[in-house]
Amino acid sequence: MGNVLNQIGIENYIFLAVILFCIGVFGVLYRRNAIIVFMSIEIMLNAVNLLFVAFSTYHQDAQGQIFVFFSMAVAAAEVAVGLAIVVSIFRNLGSIDIDNLKNLKG
Amino acid sequence: MDSLALLLLLSPFVGFLINVFFGKKLGHNGAGYLATLAVVVSFVATLVFFLGLNGGAKPSEIKLFDWLSVNNFNIEFGFLLDQLSVLWLMFVTGIGSLIHLYSVSYMHDDENRHKFFAYLNLFVFFMISLVMGSNLLVMFIGWEGVGLCSYLLIGFWYKNQDYNDAAKKAFIMNRVGDLGLLIGIFILATLFGTLNFTELNATILGGTNAGNTTWIAAAALALFIGACGKSAQIPLYTWLPDAMAGPTPVSALIHAATMVTAGIFMVTRLHVLFDLAPVVLDVIAYVGAFTALMAATIGLVQNDIKKVLAYSTVSQLGLMFLALGMGAYEVAVFHVITHAFFKACLFLGSGSVIHALHGEQDMRNMGGLRKAMPITFVTMLISSLAISGIFPLAGFWSKDEILMVSFHGNKALWVIGSVASVLTAFYMFRLMYLTFFNDFRGTDEQKHHLHESPALITFPLIVLGTLAAIGGLISLPGHSWLNHYLAPLFAEKTHEAHHLGTTEYLLMAVATVGALIGIGIAYAKYIKQKQLPETDENISGFTKVLYDKYYVDEAYEAIIVKPINFLSRFFRDYIETAVAGFVFGFARAANEIGYQGKKLQNGNVGFYLFAFVLGVCAIISYVFLAK
Repeated sequence: MGNVLNQIGIENYIFLAVILFCIGVFGVLYRRNAIIVFMSIEIMLNAVNLLFVAFSTYHQDAQGQIFVFFSMAVAAAEVAVGLAIVVSIFRNLGSIDIDNLKNLKG
Repeated sequence: MDSLALLLLLSPFVGFLINVFFGKKLGHNGAGYLATLAVVVSFVATLVFFLGLNGGAKPSEIKLFDWLSVNNFNIEFGFLLDQLSVLWLMFVTGIGSLIHLYSVSYMHDDENRHKFFAYLNLFVFFMISLVMGSNLLVMFIGWEGVGLCSYLLIGFWYKNQDYNDAAKKAFIMNRVGDLGLLIGIFILATLFGTLNFTELNATILGGTNAGNTTWIAAAALALFIGACGKSAQIPLYTWLPDAMAGPTPVSALIHAATMVTAGIFMVTRLHVLFDLAPVVLDVIAYVGAFTALMAATIGLVQNDIKKVLAYSTVSQLGLMFLALGMGAYEVAVFHVITHAFFKACLFLGSGSVIHALHGEQDMRNMGGLRKAMPITFVTMLISSLAISGIFPLAGFWSKDEILMVSFHGNKALWVIGSVASVLTAFYMFRLMYLTFFNDFRGTDEQKHHLHESPALITFPLIVLGTLAAIGGLISLPGHSWLNHYLAPLFAEKTHEAHHLGTTEYLLMAVATVGALIGIGIAYAKYIKQKQLPETDENISGFTKVLYDKYYVDEAYEAIIVKPINFLSRFFRDYIETAVAGFVFGFARAANEIGYQGKKLQNGNVGFYLFAFVLGVCAIISYVFLAK
């Protein structure tokens, strides 16, 4: 495993994770389609997962990898719930544009 | 014995509780008879103690529990049954029983009878705790309690706003006095470290702090202010005449026989203290004498039968304070007792008259009732003779002793007291002549319904009339049972033997002649010349000043009530506005922030997400920058 890091370098993993995270953030901020927003959130999550794994290898410590398992499981559950909500919204409104979701106005 | 004392105390309280909660269900007169029974039980218990004490038994002190215990200062909740308190209880419960019985008939068609009797019972309970309390604080409970009951009963017919005002006036004036009493209690607690009567007496006689005359005088004066409030002395007397708004039995019980004597009781209780403050005793004597004179002059021209009796009560209380001021405490107690007899009888008699005339209280509309109401007439006549001081009725002996001690103490006060007595004889017989003699001056309908009151009303009258006649026997000069009975209380005093010399007989003669002159003038004016008091509009000159009670109420209104009202308005309009503005400012600010913040929640999910990312960024930068 160590040799993987030797060949590529920890900093490249960090750059990749940052880029992925930023893509996720901008996706969340700029896209109006609920499913794409959702995917962007997933990208952010995975950016973090990637960092976890990279540092876990770097420090020779398995804890980070265990964390990743947990966060993947949680993400799976979240997707299940989230997609169900999106389906329900589509059935009610006929659209999944988040700009149309103004019923929660205070 | 302890349980008997508790029975004595709690019997009226149980009566009160039952009447308050179930009085309505007890049938037409059930509440009344129950209340009477409760007081009779107390009377019987008192009688047991009284006979014991009279037979030479030791006074008993009952400690129920420690009430307050701070450092070395301890107040227990306890009761003291000694000669003085038992004597007081005798006439409180005795006359109380008679008046309860009287009320059963007097109040029989009032829809709130059960409430009336509940209040009466509560009053008796508080009066008993006032008298029986073994320390000043327990006495204070009773003191406040009787004030409360007085308020409730004066305003018993609460639908009349004037009566409510009278009740409030009585309560507030008493509060002024109560403040004095409280201050006195505080000073005593500081000086002597105890409020227990027995310990106080022992400490004062033992000489602790006895040299601290300024503070002792201050305490005595403060206590006397308390007594002024309760016992209606200048300057706090104006509530008592107004208190006649209450039903007549209330006037008889509370505002003539019992509650108003609480001040005299308290001074007698603490006489050791007052003896150390001769200045205060002088003040008491002068206040008493002037109250006696002033109230008597006002009584001369009043036309409301109860008002005359009210001013007469104030005047007689003044005489009692005159005796107290002379240091003749047992004489004051003697007059308290005889006064309780004849004044209760007079009030109940006037109640009987008012009852027969269906609520008429103005003597100008009475007259000629002698034939229609013989029992009321005879008993009231006896009582009037007694209060005027005619030999050998009760009032003669007690009033004569007061005048005698003041003659030996201070000639000027003797003159004032004697003049007050002559005036008393005059206004009492003015009342008698206007009410019972000549022809009836009321409406024909009233005349048609004139009748002697039922037995429940006449029985107490007969008993009290008899007592007013023979009550003097308890303290005949030379052979005074009362002085002998009370002697243990005044053990520290060296009693000069009561010898009856020429001076004493001369004084008796002067007093009797004075009384006869008063009666004679009344006779000449109202029987011989058949004069009638003027109608309200025609009263003029000095009579008008007297009729309007020296404008004391108006003066109080201008000097005290108006400035206080002004101050209240000032506080309401300016100070409260400022404070409220400040406090409400916070509420308004919170409201405004919430209103503005509400706009953030605009339902735009994109905006929410933006805020969410911004928040995450903020947290991350905070975590990094903080490190």
